[in-house]
Amino acid sequence: MLKMTKVATAVASAFLAAVPLANAQEPAPVKIGVVSFLSGPAAGPFGVPARNAAEITIEMLNAGKVPKPFDQKGLGGAKIEMALLDEAGSTTVQVTEFRNLVQRTGVDLVVGYISSGNCLAIAPVAEELKKLTVFFDCGTPRIFEDASYKYVFRTSPTSTMDSVGAALYVKAVKPNAKSYGGINQNYAWGQDSWGDFDASMQQLMPGSKVTTSQMPKLFAGQFGAEISALLTSKSEVIHSSFWNGDLEAFILQAGPRGLFKNSSVILTTGETAMYKLAKQIPDGTIIGARGPFGVFAPASDLNTWYRETFADRYAVPPNYAAYQMTQAILGVKAAWEKAQAANGGQRPTPEQVIAAFEGINYSGPAGEVKMALGKGHQAIMETAYGMTKVVNGQMTVTNVKRFPADQVNPPEGVKSTDWIKNGFKK
Amino acid sequence: MDKLIAVLIDGVIYSSWLFTAAIGLTLIYGVMKILNLTHGSFYALGAYMAASVTGALLAKGMEPMLSYAVLFGSALLVALVLAPLIERGILKHMYAKDEVVIMLITYALFLMFEDIIKLVWGVNPYFIAEPYGLLGSIEFGSLIYPTYNLILIGVALAAGLGLAYTLMRTRVGKLLLTVIHDPEVSRALGINVGRFYLVTFTFGSLLAAIGGAFTAPTLSVVPAMGVEIIVLSFAVVVIGGLGSLPGAAVGAIIVGLVRSASIHYAPQFELFVIYLVMAMVLTFRPRGLFSIAEARKI
Repeated sequence: MLKMTKVATAVASAFLAAVPLANAQEPAPVKIGVVSFLSGPAAGPFGVPARNAAEITIEMLNAGKVPKPFDQKGLGGAKIEMALLDEAGSTTVQVTEFRNLVQRTGVDLVVGYISSGNCLAIAPVAEELKKLTVFFDCGTPRIFEDASYKYVFRTSPTSTMDSVGAALYVKAVKPNAKSYGGINQNYAWGQDSWGDFDASMQQLMPGSKVTTSQMPKLFAGQFGAEISALLTSKSEVIHSSFWNGDLEAFILQAGPRGLFKNSSVILTTGETAMYKLAKQIPDGTIIGARGPFGVFAPASDLNTWYRETFADRYAVPPNYAAYQMTQAILGVKAAWEKAQAANGGQRPTPEQVIAAFEGINYSGPAGEVKMALGKGHQAIMETAYGMTKVVNGQMTVTNVKRFPADQVNPPEGVKSTDWIKNGFKK
Repeated sequence: MDKLIAVLIDGVIYSSWLFTAAIGLTLIYGVMKILNLTHGSFYALGAYMAASVTGALLAKGMEPMLSYAVLFGSALLVALVLAPLIERGILKHMYAKDEVVIMLITYALFLMFEDIIKLVWGVNPYFIAEPYGLLGSIEFGSLIYPTYNLILIGVALAAGLGLAYTLMRTRVGKLLLTVIHDPEVSRALGINVGRFYLVTFTFGSLLAAIGGAFTAPTLSVVPAMGVEIIVLSFAVVVIGGLGSLPGAAVGAIIVGLVRSASIHYAPQFELFVIYLVMAMVLTFRPRGLFSIAEARKI
């Protein structure tokens, strides 16, 4: 009996000794392809902050330094490796590069894309190659409204939310405005943004009239004549979804010409310029961050940690592009670990991750993200707008108004344009 | 009435900007028969050098009014260092080759400079807003224009009139006209054609760099800014006639005014209208408005 007890103890000890050995074996790493503008006019304000966000988020996840509930190392304990790709170049180039990333580099999943044009082109290719692809920034609502995808997700809200939120803010702060104009870039993003804003204004403030809609070429850089047209239009409100170098050039050129004094200017992506152009953006300019990102992010431990960690490394606070990238990676982590838990702690298959991702709710540094549209593939969030004010030489936002996710996003299965035209009916 | 005034003023300002950039392109083509795509690089390099040097000096407490001289100095620095290097080091050895081959070489250089700019200045935008607002503004009815725009108009006038005077009234200009007309005969007459090519390329590139340097305070200096100007400059010189100085002036004014009128009266046609004018001109005068009849050589 004693002999058997000794044998049993020895066997148990051997198993116990083996357990840490088994745990010590590193699970195979997860290779994530990260795509962002590393060159071209979109790199400075968007691409590089997003790249930096990917770099620091992955590094902190691998080190297990991200606050709860993301404190487990990597993705379910598996180390994350990043394969970086430049988004600059034509859509055709991007499709080729995406295929290379999937078929040659052999990434497990892709997180990326700022340009709406690129997202529209990549989505069907991701589906064809059966590769989990998470869009982190592009805004066009057409992706999940015109098609249905299994392998494609988007963790940031659509441009519809920005435009409806902008119109709601105008109604709140300028309820008697009778005229509005716009200056937007002449491609999918600019046209969608203006179309949704205009339609929302007609619903929310039916007595107001459009004075002018300027649509200069993307990256035109010179807006002297457009600014004159806006000045002569005497619009009470001016809407712009300008981004990148065009946004900065517009602020530099319109400021000295008094456009911001004569009209209430609403810049839906203005947050990306607020630190760099703090001296040039006049007080009272209405800015947005394409969601509750950056300066609009609600207080939380995760947000405080994120802002401090990012600013320590890169010497500037994270802007909305950075927030969106981190939100996308954390979305993947939430889905991956949910799938892994359902799989008995074993590494999940891509199909299991996709099943876990569909319709998931999670909280990132910018608050709650609900994958509520596009059959659980498209995120909705609350949004916020505010007015700029320089206090002690620092740019801040005042008069911030927040709009709940359900108020600024259409219900599942309804196209954005129809939802707006039907008076935002749920 | 406000609109009409705005169309004219905006048109003139935009034309000045275009002319300063396009005149160098047409000069280099006129003299050297090179469609110089590196022109866009000099525009971008001028802007980057101006933004970084002026920004650094202003941060060190330089008298703001001196920034205009620094803008000009930055353009000079870029053109005087790089243009002779390119002309003597590369283009000089290619003159015997076909015009298309030389154009492709300048395209290759353009692409290389795009990457060099990113290596030197990175991808973050540069701003020097001070010179734009420093001179105050002028009011026309309800419209306000920064006085700085007068500098852009002045630069364009000085470049155009200075070049016209040099070509028509000076000995060097007359020799240059000879080179334009026939480089082979010019060589036979003892004219140092190679030196004229060097000076022309440097001066043409300087005009692009000046265009970039004086535009820098009005916008965000970002990678790939040289692409847009090359496309517009080509539209201007094709309308006016490649190699023609008055053609570049008229082309710039037509493009500036047509674009401005479209923005004020039919903004949806803004993109289309410049190329519509170009197509119409080329339909009726395939070599541009001011093309010069060329003698056929046997």
